[in-house]
Amino acid sequence: MLLFLLLAGVAFYAWRVRRREHLLQPWRRLMRSRSGMASAVVLLAFVAVGVLDSLHFRLPLERQANNAETHYSPEVLSVFDLLAGPLRKQLEKTYSAPFAVHLFTKETIELPGGKQTRDFPRLKYGGAHLRDPVADRAADIAVTAATGALYALVLCAVMTALLVLWLARRRGVSPGAAWMLIRHGHDEIPWRTLLATIGLLILFVCLAALLSAKYHLLGTDKVGQDVFYLALKSIRTGLMIGTLTTLVMLPFALLLGIMAGYFRGWVDDVIQYTYTTLSSIPGVLLIAAAVLILQVYMDSNQEMFDTVAARADIRLLFLCIILGVTSWTGLCRLLRGEALKLREMEFIQAATAFGVGHFRIIARHILPNVMHIVLISIVLDFSGLVLAEAVLSYVGVGVDPSMQSWGNMINGARLEMAREPMVWWSLLAAFVFMFVLVLSANLFSDRVRDAFDPRVR
Amino acid sequence: MIQYIIRRILYAIPILIGVNLITFALFFVVNTPDNMARIHLGMKHVTPEAVAKWKHERGYDKPLLWNGAAQGEKKATDTIFFEKSVGMFAFDFGRSDEGRDIAYDIRTRMWPSLAIALPVFVIGLAVNVTFAMLMAFFRATYVDLAGVVLCVAMMSISGLFYIIGGQYLVSKLLHLTPISGFDGGFNALKFIVLPVVIGVVAGIGTGARWYRTIFLEETSRDYVRTARAKGLSELSVLFGHVLKNAMIPILTGAVVVIPLLFMGSLISESFFGIPGLGSYTIDAINAQDFAIVRAMVFLGSVLYIVGLILTDISYTLVDPRIRLE
Amino acid sequence: MKSPLLQVENLTVRIDSGKTQVRAVDGVSFSINRHETFALLGESGCGKSMTALSLMRLLPDAGRIVSGAVSLDGQDLLALPEIAMRSVRGERIAMIFQEPMNSLNPVMTVGRQIAETLLRHTGLRGEAVQARVLELLDDVGIPDAKARCNDYPFQFSGGMKQRVMIAIALACEPDLLIADEPTTALDVTIQAQVLDLLRRLQRERGMAVLLISHDLGVVAGMAQRVAVMYAGEIVETADRGDFFAHPKHPYTRKLFASLPGAARRGQQLEIIRGMVPRLDQEFSGCRFAGRCDSAWERCHTTIPEWVEVSSGHGVRCHLFAALRVSTPSSALPLQGGGCETGAALSTPSPLQGEGWDGGEGVAPLLQVDGLKVHFPIHKGLFKRVAGQVMAVDGVSLAIHSGRTLALVGESGCGKTTVGKGILQLLRPTAGSVRFAGEELTRLQGAALRARRANFQIVFQDPYSSLDPRMRVADIIEEGMMALGAAAAASERQSQVDCLLRQVGLSPDSKYRYPHEFSGGQRQRVAIARALGVRPKLIICDEPTSALDVSVQAQILNLLKGLQDELGLAYLFITHNLAVVEYFAHEVAVMYLGRIVERGTVEEVMRAPRHPYTQALLSAVPAADAGSSREIIRLAGDLPSPANPPSGCHFHPRCPQAMPACRESYPAEVVFSATHSVHCLLFAGK
Repeated sequence: MLLFLLLAGVAFYAWRVRRREHLLQPWRRLMRSRSGMASAVVLLAFVAVGVLDSLHFRLPLERQANNAETHYSPEVLSVFDLLAGPLRKQLEKTYSAPFAVHLFTKETIELPGGKQTRDFPRLKYGGAHLRDPVADRAADIAVTAATGALYALVLCAVMTALLVLWLARRRGVSPGAAWMLIRHGHDEIPWRTLLATIGLLILFVCLAALLSAKYHLLGTDKVGQDVFYLALKSIRTGLMIGTLTTLVMLPFALLLGIMAGYFRGWVDDVIQYTYTTLSSIPGVLLIAAAVLILQVYMDSNQEMFDTVAARADIRLLFLCIILGVTSWTGLCRLLRGEALKLREMEFIQAATAFGVGHFRIIARHILPNVMHIVLISIVLDFSGLVLAEAVLSYVGVGVDPSMQSWGNMINGARLEMAREPMVWWSLLAAFVFMFVLVLSANLFSDRVRDAFDPRVR
Repeated sequence: MIQYIIRRILYAIPILIGVNLITFALFFVVNTPDNMARIHLGMKHVTPEAVAKWKHERGYDKPLLWNGAAQGEKKATDTIFFEKSVGMFAFDFGRSDEGRDIAYDIRTRMWPSLAIALPVFVIGLAVNVTFAMLMAFFRATYVDLAGVVLCVAMMSISGLFYIIGGQYLVSKLLHLTPISGFDGGFNALKFIVLPVVIGVVAGIGTGARWYRTIFLEETSRDYVRTARAKGLSELSVLFGHVLKNAMIPILTGAVVVIPLLFMGSLISESFFGIPGLGSYTIDAINAQDFAIVRAMVFLGSVLYIVGLILTDISYTLVDPRIRLE
Repeated sequence: MKSPLLQVENLTVRIDSGKTQVRAVDGVSFSINRHETFALLGESGCGKSMTALSLMRLLPDAGRIVSGAVSLDGQDLLALPEIAMRSVRGERIAMIFQEPMNSLNPVMTVGRQIAETLLRHTGLRGEAVQARVLELLDDVGIPDAKARCNDYPFQFSGGMKQRVMIAIALACEPDLLIADEPTTALDVTIQAQVLDLLRRLQRERGMAVLLISHDLGVVAGMAQRVAVMYAGEIVETADRGDFFAHPKHPYTRKLFASLPGAARRGQQLEIIRGMVPRLDQEFSGCRFAGRCDSAWERCHTTIPEWVEVSSGHGVRCHLFAALRVSTPSSALPLQGGGCETGAALSTPSPLQGEGWDGGEGVAPLLQVDGLKVHFPIHKGLFKRVAGQVMAVDGVSLAIHSGRTLALVGESGCGKTTVGKGILQLLRPTAGSVRFAGEELTRLQGAALRARRANFQIVFQDPYSSLDPRMRVADIIEEGMMALGAAAAASERQSQVDCLLRQVGLSPDSKYRYPHEFSGGQRQRVAIARALGVRPKLIICDEPTSALDVSVQAQILNLLKGLQDELGLAYLFITHNLAVVEYFAHEVAVMYLGRIVERGTVEEVMRAPRHPYTQALLSAVPAADAGSSREIIRLAGDLPSPANPPSGCHFHPRCPQAMPACRESYPAEVVFSATHSVHCLLFAGK
C-alpha cells in the first residue's frame, strides 16, 4: 500500500515539475549526464522487480461444487512469483553449484539393481532434461545462451527502431537523421548510453530467463532454494528498507529541521537537544537494543502476531522506524542550517514586511527552497541503507531470518565459509546484486547532486 | 577559551541524562523485567518462583522509579532506576545478566579493540588524505576521473565483502596471516595486520572521495588565486595553502570518532575473533544480555560526547579565527 | 618613444559553459608604458577581469586564451612554459584583487604570506626576510607593523587587508601592478586612503599600474590613460584629459550621462536602454548597436573598425569612420558628456515642492524618535549578556508625504538597521516609531499586520529579494493577498498587469521566474511588489548599489517618476552621495548608530558642517579630470558599535578634534529649521 502511495506521489511530483520550468531545469541537466541516465535505467529495473514483487494476492483454490464461496490459498504470492514460477517451485535437496546437474554433497543412492553407492545424486530440476549431463551440458548451455542472445538482439533492434522513429517525429527530422543524432551523441539526451544500458539489461534478462528455466543459474542454497530467485526476491527487501525508512524519517527531519532554523530561540534549543541526544547513541547499538526489545516484546505477546509472515513484516517495519529514528538527525541538521540561512534572505524579510504568517512563509518560501537538499540527501542515504541492512542482518538485528534479504544470504553463506570446497555462489550472488544496486544508486546520487546543488553550478 | 570548553562540557550533561533516560525507558519500561526473565529461563513452563528468583538475583525486583516501601532517602535510591541507570554516571555498570563484572570486562577488552581501531584510524586518515590530494592535484584529468570512479565503486561494496574477500584471499589462499584469533604482546601483530589492512581499504572509497570534495572546494577560493599570483608552483599552493585550510574540516571531522575507537568495530572483530569490545557487544546481542547492551549503549554515548567536546577543542587549536577570538 | 612595457595584441579569451562558448574577451589590444597608470573601465561582465587574469595566465579552469599575444618588455608571456611564467608572476607582474576579505589565506599570518613571495623570488632568507616584511608593512601604512605581522587576516579590517594585499604585491618591486577593482568592496573614506596609497607607491617606485574599475570617479583620479570595455571589446581609448573632456563613443557618453549628481536634479537621467548582448553569439555588427541612440543600418551589418580620431584617442564606432579626423568633435550628432557636469545644467527645474518650508505645521508621515536597536552580546560560561552592539542608538527623523529622506553612512553605521527597526522587522529596543500619528512599536500581531500595507521596503540585492521558486505574478500577489488588497483573483491579475506596466515591464513577464530577469528588471519586480499594497512610504535599502551605473539610472528614474505620480515618501538608505544629491530632498548622515548631521540636500551637500560629513563628501572621487579638490583624509577605521569611543563617536578620526570631544556626546546644534548637527565645534555659537 505504502509503495503505491509513494508511486502516486512521485507521479504527482513529475506532473508538477513538467509545468514549472525552473523545477524542470535540474532534471534536464540530470537527463543530459550519461552516467546519470545509465544508473537511472539500472535503478528502474531494480524498482520494477521490487514493485512486481510487491503486488500481492492469494491464488484462489479450485471451487468446490457445493460451495459458492471461493477459498483462497493461505500462501501469499506476488506477481513476480508468478512470473518466476518454476524458479520458486523447483526445490532441490540442498546445496548445488551454479549450472550444476549434481548435488553438492554425496548421498547414498539406490541403484536400480538394489545396490547402494555414495555419489553426488542428480538434481531433480537442474539440467534434468539432459540425458548424459557430463557430455551434453556445455553444448546445451551454449545453445541456450545463443538463443537468449538472439532474442535479446531482436528486442534491441526493435527498440532502437522505435526510438529512432519517435525521435524523428519529435525533432521533426527524417529517421536517418535521427539515427545519426543518436549514433554520434549529438542530441541533448545521451541516447547511445541509454540504448547500450537497456540493451545490456535486455541481454541479461533474456539469458537469465532461458538459462534459469533449465538450470540453477546461481546454484541452490542449503535447503535447495534457487539462489538466483532468492537474490531477486531480496531486491524488494532492500528497496523497502530504503523507501520505508525515508518515509519514516522525512516528516520528522523536515518539520523539526525547518522549525528549529526558522523560529530559533527555545524551539531551536529543544530540537537541537533532541537530535544531539539521539545521535549521540551509536546507531548500531541503538538499533540492536531496540530490535532486541522488540523481540522480547513479540515473544511475550505471541498472541498478537499469529503468522510468521506477520512477524517478519512487523519486524521489517520496526527496523525501518528505528533506522529512521537514527538517520533523521543528519538531514534535520542540514535543514536547520539551510532554514537559518533562508530566514535571513531578503525575500523572506519582504514577506514578513507584508505581514505574511509564519506557517505560510514556511510552506511557500522555505519548503520549496530546501527541497533540493531533501532530494539530494534522500538519494545519498538510500545506498547507505541498503548496505546497512546487510550489516544489521549479519549482527542479527536486521530483518527477520525468514525473510529473503542479501544480509541473510551473506549470513547463511558465512557459516559455510570453512567448507572445502567453498560454497561461494550465495556470497557471489548477494555481492553482485548489492554492488550493482548500490553502485548505480551512488552514481545516480552523484548526478542528482551535481544537477540540484546550486553551489556546483 | 577555557570558559568555552567548560561550557561545552556543561552542555554535555543534559545530553547524557537524556541518553540515560532513553535507555532506561527502552530497557525497563517497554519490557518489564518479568519478560526478560522469561526469555532467559525459556518461554514455556516457567514458574513464577523461578522468575522471581531470577529477578532477585539481578536486582530487578525493585520498583522502577519510586520505592514506597523503603525508608527515607531509600525511597528514591532503592529502585531499579537509581541502581541500574544513575549508577552509570559513575561508570558503575554492575553485573551482566550472566553475573559477570561488566566494568572489568570492558577494561580488559578495550585494548584489543584499540589495537585494531587506532591503526585503522591513523593509517586510514593518512591514506585517504594522500589519495584525495592526488586527485585534487590532477583535477579535471583522467587520473582524477579514474580515482573518483574507483572510489565510487569501492564505496558501493559492503564492508562484509571486504572482510570475507580479504580473509579468503590473504589467509586461505596465500596463507600469509592467520584467519582469526588474537594473542597478547608482540604475537598480536600477526593477527592485527589483516584486520587493519582491510579496515583501511574498506574506508578509502568514502573517505578519499569526501576529502577530495573538501580539497576542491578549497582550491576554488580566492586566496588560492592570490597564492598563484605570487608565482608559487601548483604543488606548493596545494601543500602550503590548500592543505592547511582543508585540514580544518578534515581533522575536526575525524576527531569525533577518536574516543569511539575504544569501542572497536562490531563486524570485523567478530569475523577475526578478536576479543575486543565489538565482539563483546555482538555476543551480548546474540545472547540477549541486556545489562551488557545497556552498558555499551551508555558507554558509546559518553564516548561520542567526549568526541564532540574534543572536536570543539580541536577547532580552537587548529583555527586561529576561533583560537584568538 | 620607448617601447611600451606591456603590449597586448588581439587577445581573445573564451569560457566554456556547457555546450556554448562565451567570448569573454574578444580581440583586445592595448599597451601600457612604464610608470604609467592605465585604466580599463567597464561595467560588470564586460570582460575586464578576464583580461587581467589572462595577462597573468591565471584564468579559471573553464577559460582559455584562444589567440593573441601578450608581451612584457618584448618577452611573449603566452609562449612561456608554465615554470618560467611562475617567475613572472609576483616578481614582474603582481596583482591585487577586489575582495580583500577572501583573498588572503585565513590560517596564515600576514607576515608569512608576505614572506612567501620574498622566499619564492628573492635570495633573502631568515632575518633579512623578516626585516623586509616589516618594511613593506610600514610602507603600506600598517601601524605597529612588528606586532601585526604575526596576526591573522581576520584580525584586520577590510581596508587593512587590502593594504596587506598591496604589500604582498609590492614585495618584489614588480614592473607592473594589476589592480582589479581594488577599492570596490571598501567604503568611500577607506577607498580614499587606499587610492592615495596606490598613487604614492606608484610615484615612489615608478611601476606601471593596470587599474581595472567600473567607477569613473576612481579612474579620473588615478589613470593617465583610459580604455573603455564593452561586451568583450575595447570601444574607446584615450588620455585621461581627452577622455573626460571629449568622450567619443556613444556608450562612453551614455555612461557619463547616466551618472546621477546634483547637476541633474529634477531631470530624468540618461539611460542606456536594453541589456548587454549575450557573449556566446557571433556578432555581425557593432555590439552596442542595439542600445545606441545614433545607430543606423550600417551599425547592425558591419563590424566597426578601430578609428584613431586624434593622437592617442581611438574609437570603435562607425560614426567616426565616416567623419574621420577632420570633423571636430563638437559637430558630432551626439550631445552631452562628462565635461559639462555642473556648467550647463546649473539651474535645475524645480521639483515638486522644491521650495519647501521644512514641513512645519504639517504632521509628518513618519516620525521616529530616539530609536534604539541593540543586539545583546552573549559571553562567558552561561552566555550572560555581556554587552550590547548599539547598532542604532537614538535616531530621530521625520519624513513627509511625497518627500525623500536620504540616510547616508558607511557600512556598519546602522543605517539598514534603522530601516528594519522602522518596519518592525527588528523590534526596537527603545524609542518610538509613529506612522501617520500611530505608534508602531507597541502594535502586535494582527494589528501590526493591518498597518503593514502603508510602508514597504525595497532591498539592495535583487538576486536574494525575490523567491527563486515563485513566478513573478505570485511574488507580486503575495503581499496583496496577505494584506487583503484585492479580493477576487481576476481583479488581482489585472492589478498585477497594471503594476508591471507601471514599473516598465511587459504584463506577460508575470508568468516568468526571477532567474530569467536581469538585475535591473528584478529590482523593478521588487518595486512592483512593494507598490502592490499601495504603500505611502517605501524604504529603499541601497536599491541601486548592486547595479551598474546605466541600470542604476533606470531605477532612479523609475523611483522618481513613481514619487511624482503617486506622492510616495521614500526613506532612501545609501552610501552613494551622488545618488543622494540627485534624488533626495533631505539628508541625514549617520555615524556609528547616530545621526550626526541633518538638513536639506542643499544645506548638507553644499555647506556641510560636521567634520565627518565634510570628509565623506571630499572622499567621493569625482568623475572629471580637472577637479583638484582637497580631500580630507580620515585616519583609521570605523570603530565597533559594541564599544563606541567615549564622547563624540567620531573624535578618534576627526581632524578637528578637541580635548572636550572626548568628554561627552555633543548636543544638537541647530543652524536653521532644517539643518542641525551634533558637533562641539559649533556648540558655542
